[in-house]
Amino acid sequence: MTQQIFTVHDLRKTYGHGQNAFEALKGVSFTIDRGESIAILGKSGSGKSTLMHVLALLDAPTSGKLSLDGVDTTSLRGKNLNAVRNKTFGFVFQQFFLTPNATVLENVTLPLKIAGVSASERRRRGMEALRQLELDDKAKNKAVNLSGGQKQRVVIARALVNNPSIIFADEPTGNLDSATGAVVEDILFDLNAQNGITLIVVTHDEELAARCDRQLRIRDGLLVDETLEVAA
Amino acid sequence: MKTRDLVSSAISNTFRSKTRTVLTALAIFIGAFTLTLTNGLGTGINAYIDDTLEGIGVSDVLTVTKPDPSSVGFGASSTEPQLYDPDSIDVDQGGAPGSSVIALTPEDLDELSSINGVLDVQAVRQVTVDFVQTADSELYVAQLAGILEGQSLNITAGREPDTDATTHEVVIPASYVESLGFTDASAIIGETLTLQVSDATRTSHSVDAEIVGTSEPTLASPLGESIVANTSLTDALVEAQNTGIPAEQAERYPQASVWFAADASPEDITALKDRLSDAGYSGLTVEDQLGTFTTVIDGIVLVLNGFAVIALIAASFGIVNTLLMSVQERTREIGLMKAMGMGSGKVFGLFSLEATFIGFLGSAVGVFAAIISGTAISAALSESLLADLPGLQLIAFDPATTAVIILVIMGIAFLAGTLPAARAAKADPVTSLRYE
Ligand SMILES: Nc1ncnc2c1ncn2[C@@H]1O[C@H](COP(=O)(O)OP(=O)(O)O)[C@@H](O)[C@H]1O
Ligand SMILES: [Mg+2]
Repeated sequence: MTQQIFTVHDLRKTYGHGQNAFEALKGVSFTIDRGESIAILGKSGSGKSTLMHVLALLDAPTSGKLSLDGVDTTSLRGKNLNAVRNKTFGFVFQQFFLTPNATVLENVTLPLKIAGVSASERRRRGMEALRQLELDDKAKNKAVNLSGGQKQRVVIARALVNNPSIIFADEPTGNLDSATGAVVEDILFDLNAQNGITLIVVTHDEELAARCDRQLRIRDGLLVDETLEVAA
Repeated sequence: MKTRDLVSSAISNTFRSKTRTVLTALAIFIGAFTLTLTNGLGTGINAYIDDTLEGIGVSDVLTVTKPDPSSVGFGASSTEPQLYDPDSIDVDQGGAPGSSVIALTPEDLDELSSINGVLDVQAVRQVTVDFVQTADSELYVAQLAGILEGQSLNITAGREPDTDATTHEVVIPASYVESLGFTDASAIIGETLTLQVSDATRTSHSVDAEIVGTSEPTLASPLGESIVANTSLTDALVEAQNTGIPAEQAERYPQASVWFAADASPEDITALKDRLSDAGYSGLTVEDQLGTFTTVIDGIVLVLNGFAVIALIAASFGIVNTLLMSVQERTREIGLMKAMGMGSGKVFGLFSLEATFIGFLGSAVGVFAAIISGTAISAALSESLLADLPGLQLIAFDPATTAVIILVIMGIAFLAGTLPAARAAKADPVTSLRYE
């Protein structure tokens, strides 16, 4: 097991072709260690989400080298790629992407269902994740009937349920008022500190970024402030 | 994702937008309903024909005629005058329309019995009855038919004529009872029926017979509304009719019945027919004679099914439309599932299963409704319009056909679902999850 969970070298991502081509990432290089909390920080349109999607293997880079746990990610395809997405990553998005008319438990156990886990095991692990987020009493409620903060906690429970080694959070507090946002932040940093889950947070919020071990500042597709790449 | 979970997810997804699912399934319902009813019609009528065939009980008999080689039926009608053949007769039974047959002579009967596979030969004797009457009734024209051994009638009162009896016995159609001066069928049993025939010199001869039963014609009965005589009565009538004709002239028969082994396979029967036609005869089983009937019904059912299938094709566009809307609405969800590691194949499976389920829903309900209403319709009709055809269940359902209908509709629905499902499977998780 290597200490570096992500090794990124000269990563580029171009959207579109020819005249319409737009280079959203113009060659970024960095490493992320296991168990670190990292903020990807930058203005809107700077390429934060693009970088996160490439790291989360949701999008292929146009060029450059990306290794996950020492494995060149270009070698991951089909079933293997899906297994990594399912077992290694957990996602928390600014918009919750909950199925409104399904119950909280059903929403939380979706990754387990995709993984092919049996119904009883799904229930057990789903309830465990909900308990961790103090939502077990809401398990049977429809997702649509929850408050914003509760919804984001459901999303975190869903991200956790597979025991991922990395959680990606894209603007996790963007849709929440500051008090609720703070609670959600606490939960995420707790998970990082206590469960050793690598946390990668995309944000334009300096305060949230400051709570992370390290900040990757991005501007127009390039990393700025290289000094911060040295572990703080 | 496990197949079971995939199926249950697909089912619960279809219930998410109920109105849309119901409307889509409704179109399928109409197609399934029509298809089941039209097929039920075919099944019902054909089952009736089969039953009647069984009832006649002469599956081991061929009706044999000798076709005139100079006239071979449709399309061969020559405009040239034909040579006279004293044995050539026009019969309206047994041969193809437009073709005449040559009368069978005792030599022919001997030849027939010598053919391999023929167990027994009996000439069918034609008797032309001038009229029938009871003691005080008016004179009524009537058709006479002989009864073959093993053949059964659709008896409504009394019994079948006894083929071995030495006395003259007759069964009359139930419709004759009132005209012959009786109020109900049981009253006429045991009465005497007088039949009159004329011989070649137009001299009339009367023969008396005892009425032993009344019968109702069945759809497939070759006997129709005929008076059925036993052997001894037929003998007497033939004798009377042939008075004055030299014996060798009298023995001329339009057709003969040929018995073969009751356990003969269809191949055996075909082989026997081939041997008969090699010898210059033509043999038809009762099934052959009714085969045209079944073919016509199958043809009609096929056309009706065509309409039902058109309805189903229209309905399948409904499925395409519904699912495309659903894929559109659920882009985010699809993206999320893919981000969580759901393979494209499973996404495709999920959506095509949804389509298949809508197909199942519509077809199962449609088939069910068709069975209920079809049964009700046949029950009502068999008491009114079709009361004269006892035993006919106009619309009948056979489990295999019904299952095939549901499966075919599910198949059509699946095909309709492939386009939206392929679109969902192609969806790129990043594009689906982007928001601004
Ligand atoms: N699919 C796409 N096609 C073309 N341009 C895109 C696409 N996705 C993102 N971009 C562009 O790439 C840049 C970076 O986008 P993004 O990574 O979403 O920024 P951020 O998350 O920092 O706001 C933006 O200018 C955006 O318009
Ligand atoms: Mg963004």
